[in-house]
Amino acid sequence: MRYLVSVIDDKSDPGSTDRQPAISAFNERLIAEGYWVFSGGLADTDAATVVDNRGEQTVFSDGPFVESKEYLAGVWVWEAPDLDVALKLAAEASKICDRKIEVRPFQ
Amino acid sequence: MSELDEAITRAHHEEWARVVAALTRRFGDLDIAEEAAAEAFTTAVERWPADGVPPNPGAWLTTTANRKAIDRIRRENKRDDKHKEAQMLHDDTPAEPLGAIEDDRLRLIFTCCHPALATEARVALTLRMVGGLTVPEIARAFLVQRATMEQRITRAKAKIKAARIPYRVPSADDLPARVSGVLAVLFLVFNEGYLASGPDTDPVRQDLTTEAIRLTRLIRALLPQDGEVAGLLALMLLTEARRRSRVSAGGELVPLAEQDRGAWDAALIAEGHRLVRERLAAAAAGVAPGRYQILAAINAVHTSARDIRDTDWSQVLALYDQLVRLDPSPIVALNRAVAVAELDGPEVALAIVDRLAEALAGYHAYHATRADLLRRLGRSEQSRAAYDQAIELAGNTGETAYLTRRRAQLR
Repeated sequence: MRYLVSVIDDKSDPGSTDRQPAISAFNERLIAEGYWVFSGGLADTDAATVVDNRGEQTVFSDGPFVESKEYLAGVWVWEAPDLDVALKLAAEASKICDRKIEVRPFQ
Repeated sequence: MSELDEAITRAHHEEWARVVAALTRRFGDLDIAEEAAAEAFTTAVERWPADGVPPNPGAWLTTTANRKAIDRIRRENKRDDKHKEAQMLHDDTPAEPLGAIEDDRLRLIFTCCHPALATEARVALTLRMVGGLTVPEIARAFLVQRATMEQRITRAKAKIKAARIPYRVPSADDLPARVSGVLAVLFLVFNEGYLASGPDTDPVRQDLTTEAIRLTRLIRALLPQDGEVAGLLALMLLTEARRRSRVSAGGELVPLAEQDRGAWDAALIAEGHRLVRERLAAAAAGVAPGRYQILAAINAVHTSARDIRDTDWSQVLALYDQLVRLDPSPIVALNRAVAVAELDGPEVALAIVDRLAEALAGYHAYHATRADLLRRLGRSEQSRAAYDQAIELAGNTGETAYLTRRRAQLR
């Protein structure tokens, strides 16, 4: 089962910025144990562009599709046998990233 | 109730969870299990009057439910092969010998009480899948529309499937935390029955307290070594034992001090005391008791006293001190203050209670406790104001009636 694991940061109460070495070590472990499918940290939401081409013209708008205090700071894709395994890893990830984590299954 | 009705009710109580649990394991799908179990019981109601109650009702129900489930899967396969594939994914555990801990019902309970589900969903799902209550019954119990409850249960089942919440007993590492989650669900069901909320609700909902006790007994049978399970069962039994004397003929809640102790259920008290003694022995052997065991011990002290004056309040206070160390919440501190009032007087207790003002301003029992302490200190005006607030916040009809009478008695 694949899970999208989102790292959620909070603009009004951001997590610490010195987590990269710990996250790299955690990634190594995820790879070694066969859970890792993909991972990546994201640039600031200001760098996002939303594209809407449902109408007559393509509309580009600057910024994220929804302005909010909380935003997506990075993602993982994990392969795990069930939610218990994913939640256990997510609990570790939350400590390591010093941020909230959302675990959502792929269809 | 006729003999036949009794047999059907008994089979429902004893076999529902077993049938649902076995089918969930076999077919890997809560929906199929629930529906097939319900159909099997409907068939029993139709067939048993003519055919007679089968010698082994449980086996009959499981076989019938299995057949219903297979029929349904065949019907659906014709419609949608991919759907069937998804349904089968879950069943990743091979059949194992059934030790106590491997009982399928235990898997079912842990799945229904999974921490990834919202608390209200856990409660609803447990009552439906393990308790066998119907959706309208659960909706009535929690004062929500039937459609709302239906949706709550459907969503929970969908999440279990989509997020792949496993159907298994948690590993030894996770077991204490997960058992504690299960007990929290059962305690919530019990409390909703014990102190029912809602302006048009009976003060005590016996259907809910009975169901909570029945399910806790089941967990106790499945996890006989767990101290907190024993503690919660004892706590429920010792509380349930006082049910008849807790509400007056006029529907008013009767406080412990004024209850007719002769009307307490001696058998339930004896059973509760046996469990508490069992846990005391374990504590003496060095096993630290959890909060349910301590709460049960407090209730054992109360139910051992001939009357309120005979109560061993220093024992009660010592137990609350122990509980505070485990759970330093303001609500525990409030209950502890009631024991302090009996030992050191209402003035000392009031000083403790007043310190909780900020944390408990929205809690009716805080105001009710203050009102009583102020009344005992002769500070009628302040007491009246506290009763006013308690009445405004109390959700239980019997409690509101009691508080209103107490307020009227102030001079």
